Amino acid sequence: MRLNESFRNIKAIQKRELYGYFGSPVAYVFIVIFLLLMGFFTFNISNFFEAGQADLNNFFQWHPWIYMFLVPSIAMRLWAEERRLGTIELILTFPVTIAEVILGKFLAAWIFIGIALSLTFPMVLTVSYLGNPDLGAIFCGYLGSFLMAGAFLSLGSMTSSLTRSQVISFVTAVVGCLFFILAGYPPVTAILSGWAPIWLVNLVSNLSFLSHFISISRGVLDLRDLVYYLSVISFMLFVNAVVLQSRKAA
Amino acid sequence: MIEIKNLSKDFAAIRAVNNISFSVGKGEILGFLGPNGAGKSTTMRMITGFMPPSAGTIRIGGFDIIKNSLEVRKQIGYLPENAPVYPDMKVIDYLNFCGQIRGFTKAALKRRVENTIEKCFLTTVKQQIINTLSKGYKQRVCFAQSILHDPPYLILDEPTDGLDPNQKYEVRRMIKEMSREKAVIFSTHILEEIQDVCTRTIIIAKGSIVADDTPAGLLKRSDLYGSVSLTVENADSNEITNCLNQIKGVETTTIISDENEIVRLQVYPETKDTPITDKVMAAALANNYQVKSIYMEQGRLDEVFRTITT
Repeated sequence: MRLNESFRNIKAIQKRELYGYFGSPVAYVFIVIFLLLMGFFTFNISNFFEAGQADLNNFFQWHPWIYMFLVPSIAMRLWAEERRLGTIELILTFPVTIAEVILGKFLAAWIFIGIALSLTFPMVLTVSYLGNPDLGAIFCGYLGSFLMAGAFLSLGSMTSSLTRSQVISFVTAVVGCLFFILAGYPPVTAILSGWAPIWLVNLVSNLSFLSHFISISRGVLDLRDLVYYLSVISFMLFVNAVVLQSRKAA
Repeated sequence: MIEIKNLSKDFAAIRAVNNISFSVGKGEILGFLGPNGAGKSTTMRMITGFMPPSAGTIRIGGFDIIKNSLEVRKQIGYLPENAPVYPDMKVIDYLNFCGQIRGFTKAALKRRVENTIEKCFLTTVKQQIINTLSKGYKQRVCFAQSILHDPPYLILDEPTDGLDPNQKYEVRRMIKEMSREKAVIFSTHILEEIQDVCTRTIIIAKGSIVADDTPAGLLKRSDLYGSVSLTVENADSNEITNCLNQIKGVETTTIISDENEIVRLQVYPETKDTPITDKVMAAALANNYQVKSIYMEQGRLDEVFRTITT
């Protein structure tokens, strides 16, 4: 009974949020810029055509970097906007739980990014026309990319709940995303490896979105990577709930 | 029944609400009055479950606001201060959303939303984006949201703020109309609203309740209550003062103004509940003063408000 109610509430909130995206220019600006950047990096920087390979590695490798800026721009308004408008006071006094509101909003943003991501389908058509790509690997790439977007988004949703300023929310989310991308990079691990115990160095480098994304996008669907992304998302949304619960009126 | 016991709220070192207790029953309209920053909104935010109290309990319809938060929230309609609504939605879509959250579906949802739109005079703007509406309409959209599910408890934080006089009148009329089956708490700093709408008034200052009374009871606390305002023509102000002071039951008489031989006087009785208007009138006639106007003061809320909140 309660579960049905939960689904109903999450669905209602998620619908309203998506409505909000497409009711304002945000959605269209985001999608256009997302697609332009994807195209630019894939074709002009990675020289997709010259590479002569029938796969989408040159396409997927840019996703973390583009998400780093674009996902926080979607996430920043999730809660900061509610605080600024004061609507947070209504949504949190409706007969819904905080978890339902967070999930509803998160899912809406995630679906929205999914829509943007799916609009890159001409890439798949192009590469299929030109050669004979491994469609399984491409599917994994999209799945990994979508999961990674979710992880970025959950981080952004959390930082958005901390403040009523979208700028602060955006900047902290970008820095957070950057950390999660770079955590596995040698220069970052080098800072730690001088003094920190090896397990800590491994822990930090395993936190990186990148290492998990690379293995998925090569077509290796490892349960550990899935668990990794889903636990990052759960953890971030949990922190999000804690923050909201304790600082409702901030 | 809304029951509030020993409610307090601290923000860091500041005590915003200090140990207040009161209850509101069905059919009552409680006016929540106080200067800005007195703790009105904080109290309402606690009653609606938005903020947890630092101490004390709130029970609504028998449910505790902390332990049975969802049950309580189902029964409450809330209009927050400044009437926040999503600016990028159409009025009808926004109300549909609120209805869905309240558990209405299909035909029931449609009927509810249509009814509420009509009740709140939003029919002409229901297809408009909320952002394009004037402040008064936005206020009404938010008000519509609070009554959509016909809740037994209504918490309205400054529902008439920013409305023009006609709209204020409409909102008050709606509150009065609905109050028969509901318990209503509404905050305001417009004193005439208290007299017009409330069955009971709580005045709060610096976080504490300083008065809990009916509007009439509050008026009685006014220094002016029971005194007689008298305006006479062709009279000497000292002479008439002496004359009035001799009436049995009159405490003192003060001269308000004395211009062009028109004297305005205020006659105070010894005890507020013993009317002296007839005696003053008789004395004035007996001395052949030309009375231009005479009336008994009902007291003034602004004066009472100022005395007890400062």
